[in-house]
Amino acid sequence: MNKNSWILYLGILVFGLVAPFIFPAFKVQLSILCVLIVLATTWNIQGGEMGYNTFGNILFYGLGMYLCASVQVGMFFPLAEWTESGGEKTFVHTPSQFFQGMAAGLVVAAVVPTIVAGLIGYAILGLRGHYFAICTLGLGVAAGEISGGIEIIGAGQGFTTPPFPNIGGLEARGEFFYFLSFGALVLTFIAVRAIYTTRFRLILNAIRDNEDKAEAMGIETMKYKITGWMISAFFCGLAGGIMGGLVGYIDSTDVAFDGREMGVFMVLMAILGGKGTLWGPIIGATLFHFFKEGFWTFFLGWQYVALGVLIVVIVIYFPEGLMGWLREKYPERFGEVVDEADRKAQVELK
Amino acid sequence: MDFLVFQYPMITIQACLDGLLLGILFALIAYGMALQWGVMNIINIAQGDLVILGGYIAYFMYLYGIHPAWGVIVSPIIMYFVGIAIYKLVINKVVDRDLFISILATFGISILFMQLMNFAFGADVVLANSGYGTTMLFDNNVVLPNSKIFSAFISIVFAICLVVYMKRSKLGRAIRATAQNARAAKILGVDTEKVYAATFGINAALCGVAGALISITFTIHPYMGLPYTIRSFMIVIVAGLGNLPGVAMSGMGLGIFEEFADYILGTEFRIGSVFLLLVLILVYRRFKLSRKREYLK
Repeated sequence: MNKNSWILYLGILVFGLVAPFIFPAFKVQLSILCVLIVLATTWNIQGGEMGYNTFGNILFYGLGMYLCASVQVGMFFPLAEWTESGGEKTFVHTPSQFFQGMAAGLVVAAVVPTIVAGLIGYAILGLRGHYFAICTLGLGVAAGEISGGIEIIGAGQGFTTPPFPNIGGLEARGEFFYFLSFGALVLTFIAVRAIYTTRFRLILNAIRDNEDKAEAMGIETMKYKITGWMISAFFCGLAGGIMGGLVGYIDSTDVAFDGREMGVFMVLMAILGGKGTLWGPIIGATLFHFFKEGFWTFFLGWQYVALGVLIVVIVIYFPEGLMGWLREKYPERFGEVVDEADRKAQVELK
Repeated sequence: MDFLVFQYPMITIQACLDGLLLGILFALIAYGMALQWGVMNIINIAQGDLVILGGYIAYFMYLYGIHPAWGVIVSPIIMYFVGIAIYKLVINKVVDRDLFISILATFGISILFMQLMNFAFGADVVLANSGYGTTMLFDNNVVLPNSKIFSAFISIVFAICLVVYMKRSKLGRAIRATAQNARAAKILGVDTEKVYAATFGINAALCGVAGALISITFTIHPYMGLPYTIRSFMIVIVAGLGNLPGVAMSGMGLGIFEEFADYILGTEFRIGSVFLLLVLILVYRRFKLSRKREYLK
């Protein structure tokens, strides 16, 4: 790692830390952006590096959301009565209860999806290509439908997460959730960056390029695929737990297991930025968030139409993403040695 | 609650008959899925939304005072052109590419259709009343709406027509040739581009028929498309591509499974159980094939 990149990271970190004070009106948007980046980056471990295009990371996200809220409530109050009352203030968390519950909830929200990923990974990751994609799509929708029928977590009427305790003024809630999600983002980035410098990434890329050959080379592909999925699940669960507290209300199909929004968003963001790169999903998520907020504001009511068109256009005309396009245009910047004569010949051929 | 099924045989008979008639409809949609999958090697997530759109055509005829059963004729004709339009705009750009691209692109179409239908027709659950009455069986213990029998009959008629058309007509032969080997078919003078467009159109037309029948027998809603896609996908992977009796059998099996899931688990878990069944089937096939060190292709 050279000096320039250190300065870049430091700059981003400082910007992240002061951003809520510079743009106080956009704290919630910035928190959502952090969560989106986490989701896109972890999707990229699966879809970009490993070549296993999943729609099912939403499963871990939703699971994390429900678990975090359930633990936060269940540690101090009876869960069934809480959901029964539907958010009426019959039980109130004291500040220390709230933060203790949140901390414990986030731990559970990260750990349990990881274990779930490990358990179902052996069965699901044996599928390949589009069977895997459809199977994970089915998992996500099934989780949404089933959680919508479970009474103790609110069933169809939803689950109101504990309200933020009344301390530190009006701005405290936004700042708390912003720093929580920014912390999750930093954690994810450090972890993913560390992973991407090891042999593990090369093995994932080998699985993507040709799984049979990778197996023939003596790599236990299943072990690495499951590990990759567990890493994804860990951060997805964490992001889900934070998002649950941020939104303040959990609904089975519209918030938690929202395959039509979040489940597609994470795929789209990673593809928009460029699959299989470290920075691609981050840039993609940022761009996408701006696009989306624009659509949601200016095309109110037509946002899903715009989203559908956007998906089709990105997938058909822009499948390599922004980083892929840059890589083709300026290969030297990506450390690829290009033979000038060869390149000219290529251009002429085109 | 689940003992009801065994204590009262009439409920079992009712569920079986309902499931059978429902399954024939599923098989019709799955046949369209198998056709495009086999010929063009794409998986169309928007299949279910085409079905719902076909249903709305029949429902609109009903609103304007025409008997919705005529939708069975009108809906496929309109849907054929809708299918051709989708093919020309989107699908022809994803045919030769990675399957995941086709899944994602059709997912986008699906979201688009859902929302457009929501705007055009509203978010209410609607039903086109055919006024066919009901048939009572077994001392009035089993109630069978005539519309269900009608829809199953029409589905079978359309399926037979299509099979004969595929076997006998020139286009049918071209479609089958393209499915076997697109390159060889091209060399021998088949315009594969046209064949692809026709295949997608026929698939959309089949969805139109199925949708019109669903609007008569059940209910339609703009967001109900995805379960139909998943059902047809499931039927196709259980039966295999190009195995028509298999598609019919597994369609009926799925219908019966769903009716029983509805009785035993409750209606709120009906869709969830369909999606879980998909996961279970895929996982089962994965373990079955891994014993021979193969994987699903």
